Amino acid sequence: MRIDFQTDPARYRHWRIETDGNLANLIMDVDEKGGLFEGYDLKLNSYDLGVDIELYDAIQRLRFEHPGVKVVVLRSGKERVFCAGANIRMLAGAAHAHKVNFCKFTNETRNAMEDASANSGQKYLCAVTGSCAGGGYELALATDHIILTDDGSSSVSLPEVPLLAVLPGTGGLTRVTDKRKVRRDRADVFCSTEEGVRGGKAVEWRLVDDVVTNSRFEEMVAQRTGELAAASDRPAGENGITLGPLARDFTDNGVTYSAVEVEIDRQSRTATITLAGPQEAAPGSVAEMIAKGDQFWPLRVARELDDAILNIRLNELEVAVIQFKTAGDGAAVIAHDEFLEANAGHWLAREILLNWTRVLKRVDLTSRSLVALIEPGSCFAGTLAEIAFACDRSYMALGAFEGDNRPEATLVLSAANFGRHPMSNGLSRLQTRFLGEPESVMAANTHIGEPLMADTAEALGLVTAAYDDIDWEDEVRIFLEERASFSPDAMTGMEANLRFAGPETMETKVFGRLTAWQNWIFQRPNAVGPDGALGRYGTGRKADFNMDRV
Amino acid sequence: MLDTMNVNYDTSIPNNVGLSEDRRILKALERWHPGYLDWWQDMGPEGFQESLVYLRTAVAVDPKGWAKFDYVRMPEYRWGILLAPQEEGRVVPFGEHYGEPAWQEVPGEYRAMLRRLLVIQGDTEPASVEQQRHLGTTAPSLYDMRNLFQVNVEEGRHLWAMVYLLQKYFGSDGREEANGLLQRRSGDADKPRMLGAFNEATPDWLSFFMFTFFTDRDGKMQLEALAQSGFDPLSRTCRFMLTEEAHHMFVGETGVGRTIQRTCEAMNDADITDPTDVEKVRALGVIDMPTLQKKVNLHYTLSLDLFGSEVSTNAANAFNSGLKGRFHETRIDDDHRLLDATYPVLKLVDGKVETVDEPALSALNMRLRDDYANDAGKGVERWNKIIAKTGVDFRIELPHPAFHRHIGEFAGANATPDGEIISEAEWLERRDEWLPSDGDADFIDSLMKPVWEPGQFAGWIAPPKVGIDNHPGDFEYVKIEV
Ligand SMILES: [Fe+2]
Ligand SMILES: [Fe+2]
Repeated sequence: MRIDFQTDPARYRHWRIETDGNLANLIMDVDEKGGLFEGYDLKLNSYDLGVDIELYDAIQRLRFEHPGVKVVVLRSGKERVFCAGANIRMLAGAAHAHKVNFCKFTNETRNAMEDASANSGQKYLCAVTGSCAGGGYELALATDHIILTDDGSSSVSLPEVPLLAVLPGTGGLTRVTDKRKVRRDRADVFCSTEEGVRGGKAVEWRLVDDVVTNSRFEEMVAQRTGELAAASDRPAGENGITLGPLARDFTDNGVTYSAVEVEIDRQSRTATITLAGPQEAAPGSVAEMIAKGDQFWPLRVARELDDAILNIRLNELEVAVIQFKTAGDGAAVIAHDEFLEANAGHWLAREILLNWTRVLKRVDLTSRSLVALIEPGSCFAGTLAEIAFACDRSYMALGAFEGDNRPEATLVLSAANFGRHPMSNGLSRLQTRFLGEPESVMAANTHIGEPLMADTAEALGLVTAAYDDIDWEDEVRIFLEERASFSPDAMTGMEANLRFAGPETMETKVFGRLTAWQNWIFQRPNAVGPDGALGRYGTGRKADFNMDRV
Repeated sequence: MLDTMNVNYDTSIPNNVGLSEDRRILKALERWHPGYLDWWQDMGPEGFQESLVYLRTAVAVDPKGWAKFDYVRMPEYRWGILLAPQEEGRVVPFGEHYGEPAWQEVPGEYRAMLRRLLVIQGDTEPASVEQQRHLGTTAPSLYDMRNLFQVNVEEGRHLWAMVYLLQKYFGSDGREEANGLLQRRSGDADKPRMLGAFNEATPDWLSFFMFTFFTDRDGKMQLEALAQSGFDPLSRTCRFMLTEEAHHMFVGETGVGRTIQRTCEAMNDADITDPTDVEKVRALGVIDMPTLQKKVNLHYTLSLDLFGSEVSTNAANAFNSGLKGRFHETRIDDDHRLLDATYPVLKLVDGKVETVDEPALSALNMRLRDDYANDAGKGVERWNKIIAKTGVDFRIELPHPAFHRHIGEFAGANATPDGEIISEAEWLERRDEWLPSDGDADFIDSLMKPVWEPGQFAGWIAPPKVGIDNHPGDFEYVKIEV
């Protein structure tokens, strides 16, 4: 079964979006029988990847289709339960790779909520009624403001450790300490108490922002949404654009989108993603951009790339290397970049730029070897060049290739490469690349807009190596073969270490600790062994732990 | 009124736990006690706090000590802390610790789970007092009024029992929970009691009798299961509570039985042979059989919901840990571990009611509910005997467990009392055939006129066969002080 990341509100089984002026209620009402796989019921508003795919879709639509929505209120559609977190039987039954990719995607989705709040004026408020446990509380943690009802039983909790012998997988621990800045000893108590914390103590410990009785609950929600809305710069009176279904065609060995092509060579375990540059000129006005809607090239290609990457992550587990290629006119790409830069204050241009930031981060966080092949006829310019900078290595063709009448390969820089799309570590990809030589960033900056030939690009440190047509084919082949021969686990670990030089942020901590600690614990017999906590959950039998500390 | 600043705890609080020597618990109780008395004044029986009520007080756990009768003002009732005598050499009777010595202290790893069990049980005790607080004013006799108050003060004592365990064994968290038990209020939108049935109104005396028959019986089953606990103080507490719970069920069973008795007699006197001729029967000022059946349908199903999900991880954990056993655990002939056993569970599979074998450990709520249904069914048969004796042609039946459910497998399903799955439209159309309608409630309400003359009874209910403490029929059980 292929897991599909495309959906739309008419097909949702687990969520509802109800907009009301500058407010939207995003209501979680999980269909118990709507699990992605067999073998578990999604009881008590627990979720699996299918539920989160809808959430991701909803968050994207709230930004593009509802420019006037300033505050999104996250609510439960069920009585007495807000959300019980990720479904435990699903986790117990899932393959390790699925669990990791599931956690990664859910993290990216929660980051997208924080990104909406921080960068696009769309604030999130979490209205917690009923128990809010594990992944449910992590969802709340991703919002700007948490209101908990004070009914004597509703609580927030992170019961993973006492209940399941694993860690919260969606940034719970990091957001408790770094975002909500809960005192470490209280955090320790909180994270080892299965039933969590309710009432006034939840506010005192900064686990939630307000605690209020049922009868005053909606009043408080209204007050806080009003305050959040007042601080938002989202426009009034603008119509959104519709995110239509992607034009896609799946074959056995790839997918064809309108501007993105995925080809999978199962023999060499390589996926090639080719992005096509714009066929048309950049719009002359924002009105023209709005008229193009979801067909506007930068938006269209970003959505297609996002879907392509997610498809490979979840459905093509054996792919070892993703090689990125581009085809088209670099100048046209730069023209689009310049248009977006010039109109960055317009809500739609802003959303498109921010969406690219998120898609590029998704590339950064993809645990496959990434390589950019900058060939004749390619258009690694501006935003598309940023993909090359997201790769572990990049190879550039030097000079003309015999029998190839496409233009010689060039690399073009634009504002997109100098801070427009920060990585999770808060730096641009070039800053991260040149962490030890900031002057190289300055040097590159002086070449903005110039089509750089391979020798210059190599000299500026922008590519790993430049090869002429005599060496090109062999060098690339050897790289791919070598890469595919390494241990996939070692590759995942090595690449994740090398990609994120520089400072830690909450995001890098969340992902770093997810890959290090959570994935380690998820492999250990104490969690997943036959007598481990996950396997025994629900049977009434206690886990049998190996008591050695590591 | 008690002077709570200078309570001599050994004389004013009957106990067999050495209260006056236990400084920790004394300190905790001194803080909790004033709040309890405030709660009793605010939420206890309304309008009768100054009346002298002929109540039974337990002063010791031996048969002579636990039933001392005398007149007392309810706020001065001596709520005691009494545990059944300790059994020499008692062991954990089930679960993974089967056969190990029973725990006299709470095992650290089970502290949270055990506390949760206590809080859920404890929360039901004051809840029913709150639900029943307005009933005194419409009592059908002083005898019934006294029974109501007896049930109320004993529920208060059950609260004490749970609070004692919380304060004695669960540190500051336990003290916090003990305060929480006084703060929640039945039916309050802001601070509801924890379980659904304990937030429903008990608007009239028939509801009270049905509640004590059906819902207190859930309490009995829970106490039976906790009485098996490997945590010995809990076991001993529950064993003693069960002796009181038996009286509550007596009040319920005889209350409904006397209502049935009166209806059948009135029908015979008026030569009405068709029990479904509701209009004619009601004209006699008694409660017709179809309405009684509807009340049974309502209270039985609300009580079934209290058993929780048929398949439950929490129940499995509590059993495996040795904290909550099965009904009559020690009399069951099996390995008492249930690691490989299965138990048949009634489920809704593709729109049909089916029996599915589930791991017995996870199906413990289902099993306890089956034991409950069996126990309740016996009481219903005793009612049917009363009807049969009068010659009236009617039987009261317990509805199918799929009917009118809000928790578990059948939550949200539309089923007839026979267990047939029907459409939502049919359910809405026929609901009033099966459950009390507003009209039914209005009729019952119209009968709720107080009768406060000693020895007199409202026209819809027959007098009891024997009095409390063997007193004659005209005994003044409550000396009303208005
Ligand atoms: Fe009780
Ligand atoms: Fe009771």
